[in-house]
Amino acid sequence: MHTLIKYVQEKYLSKKESPNFNTGDTITVFYEIKEGSKIRVQSFKGVVIKKKGEGYTATFSVRKMSGDVGVERLFIISQPNIKKIEVNKKGKVRRSKIYYFSKLRGKKSYIKEKRNSSLAERVE
Amino acid sequence: MSCLIGKKIGMTSLFDEDGKHVSCTVIQAGPCSVIQIKTFEKDGYSSVQLGFDNQLEKNVSKPLYGHFKKAGVYPKKKILEFSGEFVNHIKLGDEIRINLFSEGEFVDVTGLSKGRGFQGVVKRHHFSGVGERTHGQHNRLRSPGSIGAGSDPSRVFKGTKMGGRMGYKNVTVKNLKVLKIVLERNLIVLKGSVPGNNNTYLAIKKWK
Repeated sequence: MHTLIKYVQEKYLSKKESPNFNTGDTITVFYEIKEGSKIRVQSFKGVVIKKKGEGYTATFSVRKMSGDVGVERLFIISQPNIKKIEVNKKGKVRRSKIYYFSKLRGKKSYIKEKRNSSLAERVE
Repeated sequence: MSCLIGKKIGMTSLFDEDGKHVSCTVIQAGPCSVIQIKTFEKDGYSSVQLGFDNQLEKNVSKPLYGHFKKAGVYPKKKILEFSGEFVNHIKLGDEIRINLFSEGEFVDVTGLSKGRGFQGVVKRHHFSGVGERTHGQHNRLRSPGSIGAGSDPSRVFKGTKMGGRMGYKNVTVKNLKVLKIVLERNLIVLKGSVPGNNNTYLAIKKWK
């Protein structure tokens, strides 16, 4: 990437401290939403489907089941309204982009938890 | 009129006041030197000639070097002429900087668009192609169809849209919003995209 583009990004975008998470992990994203003049914090808990890009413009998408309907949401890592990201569970998956996961329902859509890993302990 | 010559650096994205994600282009614009000022009395029309990007003296031809020497500026890689009278009072050899523009304004950007080679009518003129894939078609899915009547004109009219070389033309994009101006690095950040590859020279204009 061009150094001048990096300069613009560093000047106008804020890089927040976000925990180290990967595809397959269950995370909760706390973000602010505006309701008229009020601002309140909403959370979105689900499985990380993919991580893409690098630096300030990196994105990740999270999928959750809202009743019977699956909801996928894309977040940008430098998005100003993200307050906090929490890692709830480390998942064991073999791909970096688990698109197949959105087709699975019920018992099949279960991701094995990564245990005994030093990372998982650090999160807890 | 106020104008500058710039160089396209590349694209990135920022967030506006409402938290919306906007894609933007970073352009390194100026400092430009005034090389020639043409007046109506002397030249028959009024315009300003600007130069941008320094270049080594040995790479410039002698006649061109004399042109730069007249204005008392270092040889430049890119020279552009902007018609009309400059909004500020300028002299020969003056340096024009990015502080000409301010955040929130709208500017026009002209540049040489990306060359796309020989393209068909679907890509070049947004034709929709011929009908369906089946029902008697076999090799004409992206063809132009009829290009005119038969024996009456007995010719094809001039300017009929057909395939051919696409791109590599001067394109102007109007009313791009200035999102940010970085004075210390001579950068201007515009909302949206501008024509051309990275490192292409652009003319940035503001009519006022």
